[in-house]
Amino acid sequence: MTLLEIKDLTQLFSGLCAVSELNLSLDERELIGLIGPNGAGKTTVFNLASGFYQPTHGEIIFQGRNLAGLKPHRVSALGIARTFQNIRLWKEMSVLDNILVAQHFQLGYGLGSLFFRTPRYLKRERDIRHRALELLEIFKIDKFADEKPGNLPYGMQRKVEIVRALASGPKLLLLDEPAAGLQSTDVTELITLIQWVFDQFDLSIWMIEHQMKVVMSLCSRIAVIDFGRLIASGTPSEIQQRPKVIKAYLGDDQL
Amino acid sequence: MFDTLLQNLLNALQWGSFYSLIALGYTLVYGVLRLINFAHGDIVMVGAYIAFFISSLLLGQYAMPAFLPGWAVLALTIPLTMVLTSLVGVTLERIAYRPLRRKGANRLYVVITALMAGLILENGNLLILGASRKKFPEMIDKVVYKVGAVYVTNLKIGVILTSILSFIALHFIITKTKVGMAMRAISYDKFAVPLMGIPIDTVIVFTFVLGSSMAGLAGILFALSYPILDPYMGMSIGWKAFIAAVVGGIGDIRGAFAGGFILGTIEIMVVAFFPSSYRDLIAFSILLLILTVKPTGLFGVPQTTKI
Amino acid sequence: MKRFSVPILLVVLLTTLMGLAWFEVIDLYIQTIILFMGINIITSTSLNLVNGNMGEFSCGHAGFIAVGAYVSSILSVALFTKSKTFGAPLLPPELAAYGFPLVLICGGLAAALTGLLVAIPSFRTRDDYLAIITIAANYIIISTIINIDTIGGARGFMGMKRVVFAMEKCAEIPWMILWVFIFMVLSILIIRRYMSSTYGKGVEAIRQDEVAAEIMSVNTNRIKLVTFMISSGLAGIAGGLYAHTIGYVNPKSFDLLKSTEALVMVYLGGMGSISGSIIAAVVFTLMLELLRPLQIIKWVAIPLLLIIIMQFRPEGIMGHRELSDIFPRLKKFYKFK
Repeated sequence: MTLLEIKDLTQLFSGLCAVSELNLSLDERELIGLIGPNGAGKTTVFNLASGFYQPTHGEIIFQGRNLAGLKPHRVSALGIARTFQNIRLWKEMSVLDNILVAQHFQLGYGLGSLFFRTPRYLKRERDIRHRALELLEIFKIDKFADEKPGNLPYGMQRKVEIVRALASGPKLLLLDEPAAGLQSTDVTELITLIQWVFDQFDLSIWMIEHQMKVVMSLCSRIAVIDFGRLIASGTPSEIQQRPKVIKAYLGDDQL
Repeated sequence: MFDTLLQNLLNALQWGSFYSLIALGYTLVYGVLRLINFAHGDIVMVGAYIAFFISSLLLGQYAMPAFLPGWAVLALTIPLTMVLTSLVGVTLERIAYRPLRRKGANRLYVVITALMAGLILENGNLLILGASRKKFPEMIDKVVYKVGAVYVTNLKIGVILTSILSFIALHFIITKTKVGMAMRAISYDKFAVPLMGIPIDTVIVFTFVLGSSMAGLAGILFALSYPILDPYMGMSIGWKAFIAAVVGGIGDIRGAFAGGFILGTIEIMVVAFFPSSYRDLIAFSILLLILTVKPTGLFGVPQTTKI
Repeated sequence: MKRFSVPILLVVLLTTLMGLAWFEVIDLYIQTIILFMGINIITSTSLNLVNGNMGEFSCGHAGFIAVGAYVSSILSVALFTKSKTFGAPLLPPELAAYGFPLVLICGGLAAALTGLLVAIPSFRTRDDYLAIITIAANYIIISTIINIDTIGGARGFMGMKRVVFAMEKCAEIPWMILWVFIFMVLSILIIRRYMSSTYGKGVEAIRQDEVAAEIMSVNTNRIKLVTFMISSGLAGIAGGLYAHTIGYVNPKSFDLLKSTEALVMVYLGGMGSISGSIIAAVVFTLMLELLRPLQIIKWVAIPLLLIIIMQFRPEGIMGHRELSDIFPRLKKFYKFK
């Protein structure tokens, strides 16, 4: 079953073409990678997929639904969650609160019941809290629940951000360079974590990553883009052989 | 009808000149520090008072006998006032804003400090000089020219020309000189600039010098046009000039200049065709409308958020 | 015990205050200062919601106070008293005591609607543009009031003392102390409940990283709108109470200087701290009154004092913390949600 389908996606920034006629599709329960040199437009693709940019041209279909015109919070409610290249946790809120707020799409109470503390409100808040604590426990970070993310080590912050993304119950998880800034031991841990998330949760993962070790060991399929264009796509071993990919990464004279 | 319109347009240019000059100061400081310097309107008031004292002194109204003709007094008063006013601005930056910046206080605390500094200037003035209003001396004789059915005074022409010339000078400083480029660089990226070896505090002081001298100039021109001074004269005109700067696109001096003239024109036109009590109502409604249509202001560039 | 400590404390405080006023232990002047404290607490905590918690910079809070003051004053004067403008009372004046809170809430709703109008254009803008929009709104509101002659225009509007007298006909108690106290507690409760809910935590998320908030399923526009409306609505209630406390309103008393006072209280208390806003409101009100004999020096001394305070505590009295964060033991004794 196709989960996400990208058709002729083009994004222009005041004349500059960041993504150009990109076609790609992602199946349910698939873990794929998106790689490419710096400035190739990888994050732009993620920004488009999470509704942060509206495409200049082309469409993104998620579970049969066109995402055009949807604000990011609606896209997120439909089941696309993401993390950011440079961790964007809410730094002055506790880890638990971070996870709570990510469940905004399923609050299920109105302002009236909020102010009057109706049983419905109390029950929903309890449920949301319960779910958040459960998630923290699954990932063994419940001891940090009351800690501010800023006080945690970098690798742990990465983990919290992934948990936060999972809190919104996604069908598709976009990971934007999850290994960036991690030490090599932490990278190994991260690979295990992502694989575990993929096995435990009923979702697809699409990740941007520079570290080949991560992409090669996790992804069943890799898409390569350069200057906003798809230049190759296939299994990790196939990709490594493609001259176009090698050229994009290493330049002409290497050939 | 056409003559009235033309006459009003001329008045609008004069009235807009004040807003423009003040808005320039706002925008300069904002561009560099991202600080809404709410004391700026009161710096204008201080400028007007400094001009009052200098010109009165030179005209022989105090201990010193008069030895200069009126035009020479004016020619001396303008630069002296600009220098002294910029001293006031820089002092404010040194004793109130900079320590707070150093302590890493939230930027809005600096804004509140600016508000408080404005109050101190207003009420301190009232305290020292008393509640009696001061009459600004006339230094040059008023000459009225009649062009068709439109009356133009030499003062009006002077005010409009001065503001345009100062804008051109400022534009030159910002775009062509080294320190001007440093100012723009800071407004783009305040973290990278010190790494490039640019002394950031010097640039900030220079910004305050430029902004406050513009305010001083606006103060003199305002006092020449409306020669009654009172301590609260800068408050309302300052708030409004800030709005003008934003409508023009804050951080961009062309925007501030244009915004000032737009606000001046709207206000004069409203008063010409409606009861004057409608001035604020209509003027601000129009400004809000402009901002709703063009949220970044006329010259502002939308900021792109990077993820 | 923990559950009841706050309500008991509040009831004791209220009865003490009302008793002192009733037996005339404290005179009208002191009563007025206490009333102003309560009103300022509503003003500062409500502005804190937008400027502190949401991190926007709203500069025209007095505009919303003005809307609330005028709407509730006009309603209460027209409904419960005989006046030149509106003629005979529309309702029997005996109802004043029951009708007054409703009238206040109407004033609050009117202010919240005004807040809605102001908030909509602010969506498309960022950063300090809200400052402008609210300053402009403040000017527009005052200018509108000045241009409506039936409500007194620039001369102001009066007759609210008669509403208080009408209430006193029902029962001879210090009504204003009662209402100010009740509405003060209510507005703190509203803000507290709002900010401690997951929905309200979205406000904090917006302040800390709006992009992340929107992408993590927070409807940022809606939250900004709701928060701004709650803030302006509560300001409207503060306005209504203010108008009925002094019995007279004038558009000039809601100018940007009044907005500045509200700003000062928020930043003096510490951005985002409810207890900070409360403490700052009390301190600021006291400061204004204690320094009254200094006359004009007061208006130099107070700003100077505030500048000095900010130099020493550049994050306000409380910073971004509550009393219970500083004294965690307090949590054992009370629960206020």
